[in-house]
Amino acid sequence: MTELVGATAADLWCDRCGESAAAGPHQACAAARALEPPRYCAHCRRRMKVQVLPVGWSAVCVEHGEIRG
Amino acid sequence: MPEILDQARTQVLENGVGLDEADVLALLNLPDEDVPAALQLAHEVRMRWCGPEVEVEGIVSLKTGGCPEDCHFCSQSGLFTSPVRSVWLDIPSLVEAAKQTAKTGATEFCIVAAVRGPDARLMKQMREGVAAIKAEVDIQVAASLGMLTEEQVDELVEMGVHRYNHNLETCRSYFPNVVTTHSWEERWETLKMVRESGMEVCCGGILGLGETVEQRAEFAAQLAELDPHEVPLNFLNPRPGTPLGDRPVVEGKDALRAIAAFRLAMPRTILRYAGGREITLGDLGTRDGLLGGINAVIVGNYLTTLGRPATDDLALLDDLKMPVKALSATL
Repeated sequence: MTELVGATAADLWCDRCGESAAAGPHQACAAARALEPPRYCAHCRRRMKVQVLPVGWSAVCVEHGEIRG
Repeated sequence: MPEILDQARTQVLENGVGLDEADVLALLNLPDEDVPAALQLAHEVRMRWCGPEVEVEGIVSLKTGGCPEDCHFCSQSGLFTSPVRSVWLDIPSLVEAAKQTAKTGATEFCIVAAVRGPDARLMKQMREGVAAIKAEVDIQVAASLGMLTEEQVDELVEMGVHRYNHNLETCRSYFPNVVTTHSWEERWETLKMVRESGMEVCCGGILGLGETVEQRAEFAAQLAELDPHEVPLNFLNPRPGTPLGDRPVVEGKDALRAIAAFRLAMPRTILRYAGGREITLGDLGTRDGLLGGINAVIVGNYLTTLGRPATDDLALLDDLKMPVKALSATL
């Protein structure tokens, strides 16, 4: 699955702060995401299980599966 | 030239004797225009007493989140509203992480767990993980598992863990403002046991927790008294949901002052860039620190946040003509 950085038009929720993607541009979140993995599922707002590795990361939503970056 | 730099040139550069707390404070109070001279001197000290090599390390979180402790800077505490969830890394993924780290040329791989201290399950995971890494990867294994018992120290030695990280985080006088679930003295106790076991001691902390400049000097002096093999220097990266989540990041100039000061307090230690350097110093500041006393880096990602690509740091070291320390040099 393609990594999504910050909130995109297709997302319902910001993957960094977990707030509604429609509530704002989430520019600060998008900037922070350059050095952070996502924490919330952009589709359902569930907190994801995130494993950061020396190279890359994986994030699992129990409903929507795994994304990697 | 400020008097403190003249004194440091003789005392630290020529004689290898670190600055005391009062002198570190004088250094931390140098005006901006004197910071380049302090960094230059710290670089000369590093080259004289440590040499040009840079020790490269990768780290990985074996057990993330759900920690019962309340370290106010940490997104892995289960007591805060941080979005970090608890997760365990399996052994094949741990070995793969060690392989990825070794590919960068790193000689150190530190396995970290967010715990007060290891329980039987974590020690079992360590035993299996360290054995699997040693069977497949040519790299030194270090660990950071919180506070230890004597028996656990002995077990880690038996496993072949060569260095143990346990950060004091900040000076003794400020520690109760940062952690309330255990004491600075308890951490010191673990460090004493680690030293007596023959494992190398890795102990540093985080700048920007709200400590004063005086307390920063106190911290440098307390670390110097401990005389660790390695001092990882972090700069606070304020994490959402933690009590320190709204603190400002350390100013770049203050971070560089601290790097020079810590080097001049501990001329022979491995002084490592750890977390937060990307947001505190950026690319240019990272370079300045490597030319100002730093002689080790964590490459790649951190435990819950991401770092610069390892290739960027390695290219920078190449540009600075600083060779990466070889594994043979660490044995």
